[in-house]
Amino acid sequence: MKIVVCVKQVPDTWAEKKLDASKTLDRVSVDNILNEMDEFALEEALQMIAAHSGTVTVLSMGPDSATEAIRKALSMGADGAIHIVDDALKGSCAAVTSLVLAKALERIGDYDLVISGSEASDARTSVVPAMLAERLGIPQVTFVNKVEVDPAAKTLKANRITDDGYQVVEASLPAMISAVEKMNEPRYPSFKGIMAAKKKPVETLSIADLGLEADAVGLSGSWTKVNDSADRPPRSAGTIVEDEGNGGAALVDFLASKKFV
Amino acid sequence: MSFSLSEDHEAFRKVVRDFAEKALQPNIERWEREVGGLPTEAVNGMAELGLFGLTASEEYGGAGADLTTLCVAIEEIGRVDQSLGITLEAAVGLGINPIATYGTDEQKAQWLPDLVAGRALAGFGLTEPEAGSDAGGTRTKAVLQTNASGEAQWVVDGAKAFITNSGHELTSVVTVTARTGTNENGTPELSAIMVPTGTPGFVAEPAYRKLGWHLSDTHPLSYDGARVPEANLLGARGRGFAQFLNTLDDGRIAIAALAVGLSQACLDHSVSYALERKAFGQPIGKKQGLAFQIADLQVAVEASRLLTYKAAWLKDTGASVKQVKQAASIAKLYATEAAVSATRTATQVYGGYGFMEEYPIARFYRDAKVLEIGEGTSEVQRILISRGLGLPVE
Ligand SMILES: Cc1cc2nc3c(=O)[nH]c(=O)nc-3n(C[C@H](O)[C@H](O)[C@H](O)COP(=O)(O)OP(=O)(O)OC[C@H]3O[C@@H](n4cnc5c(N)ncnc54)[C@H](O)[C@@H]3O)c2cc1C
Ligand SMILES: Cc1cc2nc3c(=O)[nH]c(=O)nc-3n(C[C@H](O)[C@H](O)[C@H](O)COP(=O)(O)OP(=O)(O)OC[C@H]3O[C@@H](n4cnc5c(N)ncnc54)[C@H](O)[C@@H]3O)c2cc1C
Repeated sequence: MKIVVCVKQVPDTWAEKKLDASKTLDRVSVDNILNEMDEFALEEALQMIAAHSGTVTVLSMGPDSATEAIRKALSMGADGAIHIVDDALKGSCAAVTSLVLAKALERIGDYDLVISGSEASDARTSVVPAMLAERLGIPQVTFVNKVEVDPAAKTLKANRITDDGYQVVEASLPAMISAVEKMNEPRYPSFKGIMAAKKKPVETLSIADLGLEADAVGLSGSWTKVNDSADRPPRSAGTIVEDEGNGGAALVDFLASKKFV
Repeated sequence: MSFSLSEDHEAFRKVVRDFAEKALQPNIERWEREVGGLPTEAVNGMAELGLFGLTASEEYGGAGADLTTLCVAIEEIGRVDQSLGITLEAAVGLGINPIATYGTDEQKAQWLPDLVAGRALAGFGLTEPEAGSDAGGTRTKAVLQTNASGEAQWVVDGAKAFITNSGHELTSVVTVTARTGTNENGTPELSAIMVPTGTPGFVAEPAYRKLGWHLSDTHPLSYDGARVPEANLLGARGRGFAQFLNTLDDGRIAIAALAVGLSQACLDHSVSYALERKAFGQPIGKKQGLAFQIADLQVAVEASRLLTYKAAWLKDTGASVKQVKQAASIAKLYATEAAVSATRTATQVYGGYGFMEEYPIARFYRDAKVLEIGEGTSEVQRILISRGLGLPVE
């Protein structure tokens, strides 16, 4: 099986995120990590090839510094990586991100399965996987917490989490799935893995390599634009309810006034 | 000249720190309360990360990494919990290293794969109830005898004290030093003999109740006519003590790394608590009397770290045995004494909370003292350093 895992480098979950002068996320002044959800995607892929044999390639679009996230994925056990890096990509929206990733996947060609996280912890749109599958014209099964593949029959069967429970979905390969948290337990890279990662191939591609023009991507190509932003207001002091026998009722009134109940 | 670790070492540090903070830290308090000894779960986690096999050769499933890599791992585990740090240190330094260094191919093939993978633990028993610093006073003896079926066997009689990783459910073998005769000059001939768990006559007595290191496995051992094959002799006959001393250098550097982890933890906790805790309407970190103690803490951490990693670097780059020995004793002495002071400072910064078991500081305080005792006391290090300087200390 040939599996491609999409991984994104994101600011550390705990870091305070700021916008820079171009109203895009300042990715330079913070610690960056491999998007945690993508670790579940990668772990799933690694377990699949352990069971069915094959290769795992990680695919990432991001600035130079994303090599760190790619290296981590390689030290966990991926076989190789494709890194799309180009100054023109800065400020790309989800639609553009999916376009670029789709071009790279078309270039790879003979993949059986694409696995992504179901959400990147920075922009959190959760739409990249669906847009990507749509562009590639392959079946998409998003928000998956369990999956079985049958490489011989070229099918997969997955549990797809919904608001009320889960759906059992079957799809033909090649297909795209997006992984939810707790799907598995991502492994830690071993020291051997870290050393081995340095020798694994990382192919760097520019947008020209993918046949894209600069104005089709980045801020200029994006379908959405950030016009304005404001800091989150500081937390207000809150309301203190004195319990004089009517505490319960006062709480319910409060919750009802906020439409929580 | 460079004072930084390599990129690989730093990448690995991140992984071990992440593991220690996520997989170990949240469980320590519960393990101390519920398990009260070495949790197999914790060993399994460290094993999965490949920590027990870091320095072992790839032939036996190891990563073939250098001592610096092991020090990084021990420091990061030790920053979260000292018991688990010493478990790793002893498993590698006392369990695996003597077998890997002095074992025959058969011995290595038999014991190393499981030890390297962390599926089993090995101990090394030198200390006896009446012989610690003075290991020449060893009384445990081993006599070569032929049994009824004509096989030559060592018959071991005696007792060992304070032996780490010696009585755990994962323990597979404990190597012991024993008198196997008398040298021409009248001193005892000491040899190292591997006694597998389950050998009749070999008993790991119930674990000690210790001041600290509650999650580490420490037992008194007794040998009452315990018989093992002649081939269980580890290394050359009569070289048991000398061999042990040779493997101790790495161990001392590793203990220094464990101490660095503890001092670093004290510094990290002290800084954040001093910013957060208010007294007289201000964070306590605003008071010079307190801030200066924390400033001194960082000085101690930095100095300990440099001495420790310099010693590891000397070892890894093939410096002379004499240089490595001196650097190892200097690092062990300084870093462990600094760590004991560091826990005292951190407890002071935390005030009353520092004395309560609900904060890690109290555990650190309990755990620190033994660093100045195990694998050569501070006094022994000073003797060795003096001798290294050519002083005629007895
Ligand atoms: C209103 C708004 C404004 C934005 N403005 C900017 C901006 O100015 N500058 C800027 O940099 N970003 C901006 N973004 C973020 C940008 O749209 C997204 O970072 C990017 O398009 C990916 O979407 P996502 O992070 O929401 O991914 P999601 O759809 O949440 O990610 C799901 C999965 O898709 C995969 N994936 C996502 N991105 C990549 C990638 N780059 N490479 C490989 N795999 C990937 C991963 O597997 C991930 O787990 C903005 C987002 C919003 C909502
Ligand atoms: C938790 C724990 C785990 C241990 N694990 C192991 C293990 O796995 N294997 C093992 O073999 N041992 C182990 N030990 C034993 C440890 O190495 C010894 O306790 C240590 O070497 C000191 O020996 P001792 O306790 O007999 O003290 P002693 O040798 O009796 O020393 C008592 C005091 O006298 C001082 N002293 C002794 N001789 C001199 C001198 N010449 N000049 C000045 N001062 C001197 C010492 O420094 C010390 O302060 C462990 C100990 C502990 C506490």
